[in-house]
Formats: sequence, structure tokens, C-alpha cells
Amino acid sequence: MKTFKLIFGLFLIIGLHSCSNDDDNPPPVNEEEVITTMTITLTPQGGGTAITMRTQDLDGDGPNAPVVTVSGALATNTVYNGSIELLNELENPAEDITEEVEEEDDEHQFFFSLTGTNATTMYADMDGDGNPVGLAFTLTTTDAGANSITVTLRHEPAKDAAGVSDGDITNAGGETDIEETFNFVVGV
Amino acid sequence: MLHSCIMFAQDCNYRLTGTIEDFHDGTPIVGATIYMKNLDTYTTSNIDGYFSIDDLCKGKLILEISHIGCETKLLEIDVTGDMVRIIKLEHHIEELGEVKVNGKGQLKQTATGQESKIKSEVLSNYSALTLGDVVKEISGVQSLNTGNVITKPIINGLHSSRVAIINNGVRLQDQDWGIEHAPNLDINASSSISVIKGSSALALSGDAIGGVVVLNPKRAIRKDSLYGQTTLNGQSNGRGGSVSTKLGKSFKSGWYVDGIATYKRLGDFEAPDYVLSNSGTEFRSFSINGGFSSFEKGFNAFYSVVDNTIGILSASHLGSIQDLVNAINSDRPLIIRDFTYDILAPRQEITHHMAKAEFYKRFSSFGKITLNYNYQNNQRFEFDRRRGDDRDKAAVDLKLQTHNLRLDVQLDKTIKWISNFGVSLGYQDNFANPETGVRRLIPDYERYDFGIYGLLKHQLNDNWLLDAGVRYDFNRIDAKKFYLTSRWEERGYDEDFSDIIIEDFGTQLLTNPQFNYHNISASLGAKYDWNESNSVLFNASISSRAPNPSELFSDGLHHSAARFELGDLRFDQERSYRLGVSYKYDVEATQLLIEGFINRINGFLYLEPIGTNETTRGPFPEWAYMQTNALMYGVDFTFSHTFNESFSYTNKSSILFGRDTQLERPLIDIPPARTENSIRFSKVSWNDFSAGITSELVAKQNNFPNNDFEAFLPLEGENVLVEISETPDAYHLLHFDAQMKFSFSKRLGMKVRLGIDNILDTSYRNLLNRQRFFADELGRNVNLQIQLNY
Repeated sequence: MKTFKLIFGLFLIIGLHSCSNDDDNPPPVNEEEVITTMTITLTPQGGGTAITMRTQDLDGDGPNAPVVTVSGALATNTVYNGSIELLNELENPAEDITEEVEEEDDEHQFFFSLTGTNATTMYADMDGDGNPVGLAFTLTTTDAGANSITVTLRHEPAKDAAGVSDGDITNAGGETDIEETFNFVVGV
Repeated sequence: MLHSCIMFAQDCNYRLTGTIEDFHDGTPIVGATIYMKNLDTYTTSNIDGYFSIDDLCKGKLILEISHIGCETKLLEIDVTGDMVRIIKLEHHIEELGEVKVNGKGQLKQTATGQESKIKSEVLSNYSALTLGDVVKEISGVQSLNTGNVITKPIINGLHSSRVAIINNGVRLQDQDWGIEHAPNLDINASSSISVIKGSSALALSGDAIGGVVVLNPKRAIRKDSLYGQTTLNGQSNGRGGSVSTKLGKSFKSGWYVDGIATYKRLGDFEAPDYVLSNSGTEFRSFSINGGFSSFEKGFNAFYSVVDNTIGILSASHLGSIQDLVNAINSDRPLIIRDFTYDILAPRQEITHHMAKAEFYKRFSSFGKITLNYNYQNNQRFEFDRRRGDDRDKAAVDLKLQTHNLRLDVQLDKTIKWISNFGVSLGYQDNFANPETGVRRLIPDYERYDFGIYGLLKHQLNDNWLLDAGVRYDFNRIDAKKFYLTSRWEERGYDEDFSDIIIEDFGTQLLTNPQFNYHNISASLGAKYDWNESNSVLFNASISSRAPNPSELFSDGLHHSAARFELGDLRFDQERSYRLGVSYKYDVEATQLLIEGFINRINGFLYLEPIGTNETTRGPFPEWAYMQTNALMYGVDFTFSHTFNESFSYTNKSSILFGRDTQLERPLIDIPPARTENSIRFSKVSWNDFSAGITSELVAKQNNFPNNDFEAFLPLEGENVLVEISETPDAYHLLHFDAQMKFSFSKRLGMKVRLGIDNILDTSYRNLLNRQRFFADELGRNVNLQIQLNY
């Protein structure tokens, strides 16, 4: 019967212990790595109105779709300096993910895929290995027309694969961190 | 003189080999004494119950086999050549208890259930593998895989929370809800595995509507002995292997202690055409078991720890639906690196502790009382490919602790009527660490379980064995769950569950779901032994299962599955109504077993792709748990025939249908029809040589629901049909194995086994592998096993 008592006692002790840590509410977790917001600022070289393109999904991975906005039309025959800012607005204050991408620029690359014939893009930055990143780029417009640009950020792409350093996503692989299509107009 | 010498040379070089097995369940009996009466010499059976007698002359041999706790058996054998005999001993002290509830589980678990057993001899071939691999030995049981190391049993099409896994009398509590959550145990610690199809083992669980897998440890023997076994495995695919050592000591007084340690290390596996990058694994386990056993009373204390690191195929990690479409359209994984032993993210790191204490006592003219307490601690980390400061932080960090106390009373005053009554109490606490920086997929919760059961078994006459059982379970779940406010409203919970909100954080709500479930299970069975070679078995059962935390609460990105998963607070229990019928034919050279079943499941819960969730990464695959009414039916077939001393043939086949009777369409992920044919050659005189070739044919599953959905792909600028439903083609594999046994002395023996799986290096994909969208299954694998008994 000694064993019986021992077992019973053990159960009682553990049972009591586990009942005592009740009623503490767990803290909320704010998703740390989600990119809720991407803002692309296009500043015309030689002055003029800057254009912003933004995708913002304030419920992160919740059911609401991102809100996509483009501030206005682009001018014809103009070279724009593009820069990209990434934020996680689930955290308060918002966390700047751009810095993380800069720090790990050898593992990240933006891809710009255009439809329409009125604009082209070029990378304007490089990682330590001389491969493009895309946080800075140029966008050059020609004649007037309707266009769209799909901006994709890949994590751990194969930067050495054929065409990838020229901005061709086909062989890039890796994992998509952000992807959005912006429709825009060149000329009025 | 010369003449008789020749006679001696001709007629006295025969060999008798065999195994001593328990009459009830076929487990090997270690250390049985075999006394050759007319030669006046002795030998004993080894750890596998194996014995051999050399240099026998032609003529009569009288054997007297004895073992502690067994009835001594006299056997007369007419020696005409090399012979093999399986000798069954009656453990007559145990004849009282056929329905085992006390966890030692040496005997049959059920009287009339569809129960099959994998013996230690077969089990040892799987020393370097997992439970999911070994249970496929049984027709109608398959494994659900995530890669090659994460495997779990599917019994007649049902898996995860519907299959209870009982290890050394303890029901494993290890977050079994997820497909990619494998049972945490070391199969080397078991000497046999029983699989019961359906829910008829009510003493073990009431909610295992799929079935029960019982892992039995080696039985304690009352004899002064010291024994050991070391198994070494090496394999070409994965370029690694395992080592497992058991040591045991027992005393005539009834005290015993044994310990087992296993280590396994494998690098990246390889498909026929490429390396499966990041599929390696590292496994460590240790267990110790000790106690005292006698007929009247005994106790057992057991502790085990399993520590497992498992790589998840790099190419299965996705960022968006574009990545999924790319993967489905590509013949090859999108990430292939050189072979390595390194295990990167994504990976799982799991540690499982189990401790058990059990005590039993028999009372004359009454029966037996057993009390069992056990505690389990399951720590699960899932590491993901992350960015910045979070790089080395786990994305999932769950700690599941479970306490269970069980009391069983067996009344066995008369052997004709045996009844069992029992009570089970359980408490479970899940803690999801918020430090991960990832929203909890499974919330913090506490679960309380109470079960009570009564079973009755009646041996009506020599032909009829009847049994019946009823069980009531109460489950209460009390969770603290955060919802995104947008998700809360999208699911319509703001209308149905507004009273459970305890705190509003603006974008998130803290809620306190509390659910109570009352489950009634019952089982009724009969076994009819027509004559010595024919028997029929009927079993009808009703059981219910409360929805698990994943089905209720899942909400968010399941990183390792690369999809959103959504549960539903409104789910009700599953209720299963199952009827099983078996026919068994067993004569010396031929065995046939046909098992049929039909299972009606109301409120069947399943997970299926429902479309996409819009994120800044583009559309993301979204899967949701659904509840419907299902009908499953199928037949499992096992046939074996021994042609002569050298050749035998075995066939195992199964076919299964599953229908969603509400939506009138097939159920998702139903295992396809499968047939396995093997031919075996044995030659006892060549050191027990045997070799076999097995053909495994798995059909294409043509019955599947259409879950294809359209998604807008920004890069392609158009809507694309995501073909996620199509099942893989049929495949055929050939396997080979050969083994020999060597005996160096009375104590020291060795078994050597060579196996070649997928001899033809066939490329194929398996419907039951969650990674089928990303990569082929394993290519050829040559493995060598050396087992030393001492």
C-alpha cells in the first residue's frame, strides 16, 4: 500500500501545482515579421511632383485584403528615382523592415515586372557581391499610355541564376515576402 | 564400426530450430528451458524466444519445455531432416485476463476487435525507421507522411486525433492533431505492436474512432538473468544509420529493470534524380523501466525521453500562391542543394518526456485492481526561415503537459464471465510561448477529462466468445484565445460568441472559449470459432470524439504547412457508427484473413483548401476545417501460403472508399488501393537464411473532391487555376531483403539483415505525403542491419 500512497500523493502534488497558475491572461502577440505596408516613392530627376505607390494591409494576415493606392499619373519622358520603404504597422510604433532588408541585402532582391510599353526600370543599388537589391531603382517613362508594375520581394533568391541579376524573376526561386501590382498611367 | 560411422555422418547432422512463443499473443518467451529427454541435454531460448539444437540424429526426439509461470509442455518430434518448430506455451497464471488494461499489454487487447499484431522479429527490421513505417505491415493500415521521417498511422483511412497510440500503457499526448506532428516514441523500446481497427478497445480510449495502436514493452520474466541486445543500422539513402542498445536484468524474486538507448542520425535523403534538401534528422531516446511483479501484486515505474530534430524539405516552404503554382508546375523541387548532414530551418525540434507509475494487486475470489498514474511533457519548437533578429527564434513554441490517473478493477472470479470497470481522470495544459513573435496558431488552453467504463466478456461455450462495453467521457476545454478583430467578424463570431470576449486590444480580441463535451461510446462483439481452422468475428461500435484544439481554434498562418488554416468554434463532436466483420481461415500451410468494415461518421471533420487569403505577399493558400457526414467502407485482405520447407507466399491488399454524403462527393485524402505480394525463400541449414522479394503496387486514387480554385497571379497578370486536387499516378516498387543468424555460443548470437528498398530506383509521388507537390519519394535505399544478442 506504500506504493499506492506514493502515487496518489504525487498526483495530488502535481495536480495542485498545475491548478495554481490559472487566470493569468496571456499577452497578445503582434506579428513581428509581416510586412503590412510597402511604399514606393518615385521622385522625378530634375524636379517635379513625386508619385507614391502604396500597398497597406493593416490586419496583416487577417481576412481583409490590402489597400492599394497610386497617388497620380507619371509624366512622359521622365526618369524617376525610385525608393522602397517597408513597414510592419502591426507593431506600435511601426517597425521599419527596410533596415532588415538592407542589412541582409545579399538574401533579398526586388523584381519589377512591367506591362505596357511606356516605362522601363533599372536597379540603382547593389549588395556586397555586386548583385542588385532594388531598394533603389530608376523608372524611365516614354510616351503616354496605361501600364502596370508588379513589385516582388524575394527572400533567399538564387541571385546567381540566369537572368536574375538582370531583374528576370523566372529563375529566382526563393520565397515571396511581398508582391503587389500597381496600375498607373503615363501622361494625362 | 566403419559402417556405423558412416551412418552417424549421414543421419546425425540435423538441426532443429524454432521459437518459443506465448500461446495468447505470440510474443517470444525468453529463457525457456528446453530439455531433450532422450539425450539428457538442455538449451534455452534467447531474447527473441529463439533456440536451436544441432547434431540431431534421425528418429524420435522428446522435448520438455518449461518456463516460469508457464505450464510445462512435452513434445515428441520425429526428426527426418532440418526442422523448424514454433512452440506455444500457455502462461497459465495469466489465463484469467484476456482484456488487458493494466498497461503491460502482453495479451490481446480486445476479445472481438479487428486486432493484428506485429511481432518482435518483424519489428526489429524497422529499428532505424518510425512507427508509421512499421504499421504498414498490417493490411489496411498506412502512413501519413510529411517527408520521410514524419509519419503517422492511418487506420482504415482515419488518422491523427482519431488514432490513439498507447505506449507502455500510457496514451501518448503529443499534439497529435497536425498532419506534420509525428508520434514521439522509439520503436526499439517495444517488443510487439498491436493495431486495433475501430474503437472497440474501450478500456484504452473512447474517442479513437479510427483505431488504437498499442506498443508493448518486453514482458518481465521471473528468473535470474542478464541480457542485452545491440542493433546497428546503416543505410545508403540519407547516408547514416542508427544504434540501439537494450540491457536488462531480472531476478527470480520478481524484481526487474531494463534500459534502452537509441541514437539515429541521417543526412539529406535522395530521390532518384535529386537530393531532397534539408530532409535530414537526428533522433535520441532513452528509457528505463523497472519494478516488481508477481501474480498477486506488483508495480512498475517507467521513464522515457525522446529528443528529435527533423528537417523539413527546403522546397516545401512557400511565400505565396505564386510559389505554390510554381511548385505544382515544376517536376523538380525548386531548391536542390548538395548533400549535407546539416539541418537548417524549416525544422522541428521536439522533446517528449513520459513518466509512469503503476501498481496492481489481486484479491482471491474477487479480481485485480490496477492504479496507473502518468505524466507527459511535450515541448515542440518549429523553426522557420526568418529575417533579422527573429532568425534563430522558433516560430512555434508549444509546451503540452498532461497528467492522467486511471483505476481499473477486473472481476474474474469465474473464467466464463470477466468484467472490468474503470475510471480515468486527466488534466492537460498547453502553453504557447508569446516570445516567438508569431501569432499563436494553437492557443493556451486547459483540458479536463473524465472517463468511466464497464466491459463484460463471456465465453458462452467452446465456439462463442461474446463481449460488450460501454464508456462515458466528459471533456472540458478552457482556452484563452486571441482573434484578429477582422477575422472575428469575418467568421461571424461577433454574432454568436460576443459573450466570450474578455479583453479588446483594438486590432485583436482576447476570448475565453469554454466548451464541454459529453461522449458515449459502446461496443458489442462476438467471435465464433466454427472449428479449429475457421472463425468469424463481428464487432459493432459507437464512439464520439470531441473536436481537438486545432479544429476549434486554428486561425492563422501555419508556417511549416505554408498555408492559412482556419478552425471553427461551432464544431460539434464526431460520431462514428462502425460495423466490422472478419473471417479467418488458419491451417498449417495456409492463413487467410478478410476484414471488412463500414463506418458512418456524422460530423466528420476534415481540412481542405478553400481558396486564397489576400496578403501583401499576394494571394496565399487558405485551408479550412469543415464538418460533414461521411461514409467509409473497405476490405483488408491478408493471405499467406507455405508451399514447402523453402518457399512461402504472402499477399496483403486493401481497398477503401470514403464519401461525403452531405455534399455527395468523395472525401479528401483517402488512401488509394494497395496490394503487396511477396515470395520468401528460407533455408534453415544455411544459418537460418531467408530472403524475400516484395512487390508493392499502389493505385491512383481516382475518387477525390475537386478543390481546385482560381487565384489571381500578379506576375502573370491573370487568373490561374491552382490544380491542388489531382492525385499522383499509380506506382509499383520492388523491395528485397535477406537475413542470416549466427550463434557463437549459448549466450551470444547475431542476426545480419540486408535490405534494398525501391530496387529499381523508381520515381514516384505518394498521395499520403504532404510534400507530394514539391518532390518525389525516396530512391533506392540499401540498408544493413547487425543485431547482437548477448
